[in-house]
Amino acid sequence: MTVAQTTAFAMDISSTNSPAAPPRVPVTAPAITTAAPSAQTTPGGATLIDIDKVDFFYGPSQALFNIDLKVEERKVTAFIGPSGCGKSTLLRCLNRMNDLIDGTRIGSGKIKIRGVDIYHPTVDVIELRKRVGMVFQKSNPFPKSIYENIIYGLRLQGRSNKSDLDAVVEKSLRGAALWDEVKDRLHSSGLSLSGGQQQRLCIARAIAVEPEVILMDEPCAALDPIATVKVEELIQELRARYTIVIVTHNMQQAARCSDKTAFFYLGKLIEYADTRTIFMKPANAQTEAYVSGRFG
Amino acid sequence: MTATTSHVFQARPSSARRWETGIAWLFRGATYLILLCGLMVFGKIFYEGSRTVFKTEAPFVNTAFFTEAPETLHVFNFDGKKMEMGDRAFRAFKEANPAAKAIRSESYVYSAGGIFPAIVGTVLLVLGSMAIALTLGVSAAIFLSEYATHGRVLTMIRLAILNLAGVPSIVYGLFGLGLFVIFLDWNVSLLAGWFTLALMVLPVVITASEESLKAVPQGFREGSLALGATKWQTIRTNVLPYAMPGILTSSILGIARVAGETAPIMFTAAYAMRDMLPWQGLGSWTEFPFQGVMALPYHIYVVSSKIPQNEYTERVQYGTAFVFLMIVALIALTSILLRNKLRNRYRW
Repeated sequence: MTVAQTTAFAMDISSTNSPAAPPRVPVTAPAITTAAPSAQTTPGGATLIDIDKVDFFYGPSQALFNIDLKVEERKVTAFIGPSGCGKSTLLRCLNRMNDLIDGTRIGSGKIKIRGVDIYHPTVDVIELRKRVGMVFQKSNPFPKSIYENIIYGLRLQGRSNKSDLDAVVEKSLRGAALWDEVKDRLHSSGLSLSGGQQQRLCIARAIAVEPEVILMDEPCAALDPIATVKVEELIQELRARYTIVIVTHNMQQAARCSDKTAFFYLGKLIEYADTRTIFMKPANAQTEAYVSGRFG
Repeated sequence: MTATTSHVFQARPSSARRWETGIAWLFRGATYLILLCGLMVFGKIFYEGSRTVFKTEAPFVNTAFFTEAPETLHVFNFDGKKMEMGDRAFRAFKEANPAAKAIRSESYVYSAGGIFPAIVGTVLLVLGSMAIALTLGVSAAIFLSEYATHGRVLTMIRLAILNLAGVPSIVYGLFGLGLFVIFLDWNVSLLAGWFTLALMVLPVVITASEESLKAVPQGFREGSLALGATKWQTIRTNVLPYAMPGILTSSILGIARVAGETAPIMFTAAYAMRDMLPWQGLGSWTEFPFQGVMALPYHIYVVSSKIPQNEYTERVQYGTAFVFLMIVALIALTSILLRNKLRNRYRW
């Protein structure tokens, strides 16, 4: 590995402030080592979500094959892979949003969060979704005021004390790096914000209910580069308090933002390791081909 | 480049251009034809009806027509003058003038007085039946579009509801007679009329409500559910308010139908003549829904075909038609204003 390649790698949090030109992933293939163990945990990382040999079906067709990975607490985990490889499907399984689609089911295997199988009949889906929040690819701020957007989740839980709610709104907007931009117009419509601001509003809305996990399904896909940078910086700030799982098409984003990366292809988990390992010395030939841009 | 010299982008005659001009005129003509027919109908009613509804002296509106009950018109000669009077006035006239005691008059039923009881009856029928239709219809629409599982059963239910829209209104009248008036023993009453009219307008309300609910983007539902909302919480706070403008639009159509149909209320709610208003002569307020009423469309029917026709009854017919159009327009206007207010508040 040349010095140029290692330094060009934006893995450090402090150097993520690079704007429009993302650092290039080295194109020359690094020497492929013999198969290293696929699931590596960094020392001291507790498992929060345990995906245990899961199969998933859309009606008769199988979308996920024997997925086995452990998401660690307060780390950013990225799911990467070409279109249609099942990464969004797996993400939506984690907060059971796939239940909204007819005919979906988990075939075998379990998904356990804090040791509890989330598909067990005694699990209340509402409680699950309060603890596992989601930010969608196309930002969907409700057509209410910014204030109403943030407290929507709290209102559902019955909280109505005004000073309480005001405090939560300020805390969430600060947490989403949006407070300074909107503090004077909290009662204007959420739709009057720009695309990047809308997505940060959705993130603020998700963290207002204080989840443990935030699932992000290609959050920057519809944003311009400047807005993307702001959201990526936000992800770095958020990982101190929340566990984040992010699905992304953008490999450089995964390289910049995440601690661990999982590479999926056609519904199978090909490799799951520290981001540094996946991008610099991937154990699997397919992973190496994908991260060096040869397909997908 | 002047107007006379030709250039590359010059318009050239071709059969496509001729078709274009011709078809545009065809569509224009069709629209104007419809407009013309509408204007002729409304024009005739306004012209003839205004003779009954408006007066030449202050307050320029014939308030007696709106506030009194129908009574018999007496036309007679007294002192060489031709006079017309309603029944009560005629009797009082006879009391006041002993010379007039033996006068013979021609009498025309329904041609004097006003149509106040009919106005009251129509307004009550519209309000009650729209309340029932909207409640039942929106509930059914929410179930069909949000809660029901997709499959053959759902398709059959939708088909059944669409079929209801094609049933003639006289069949609804007979159905109401059989079920509400006779079987449930409500007799000719407001309640029977409310439910019969509501059933008649239900298919329109359900279909339009389902369409309005489907038009709300799926992102609102997903975003709400992802925050830990139950399905009903999602619908109540994030879907239904944004579907309301569409639902109210369907209600405007429903109001016009409900106010104007005679067949469903003929057997179930309407009397040709009733001297008491529905809130008069009650033992307790619980008897109120069981009163029958007069109604405007039925009144027009009675005055037009059940009694001999002459110039005096014509006045009443057109006057009633005019007032009927005004009332439907008024109720529809309220609905439109409410819809606009909701549209502004729940814009997306």
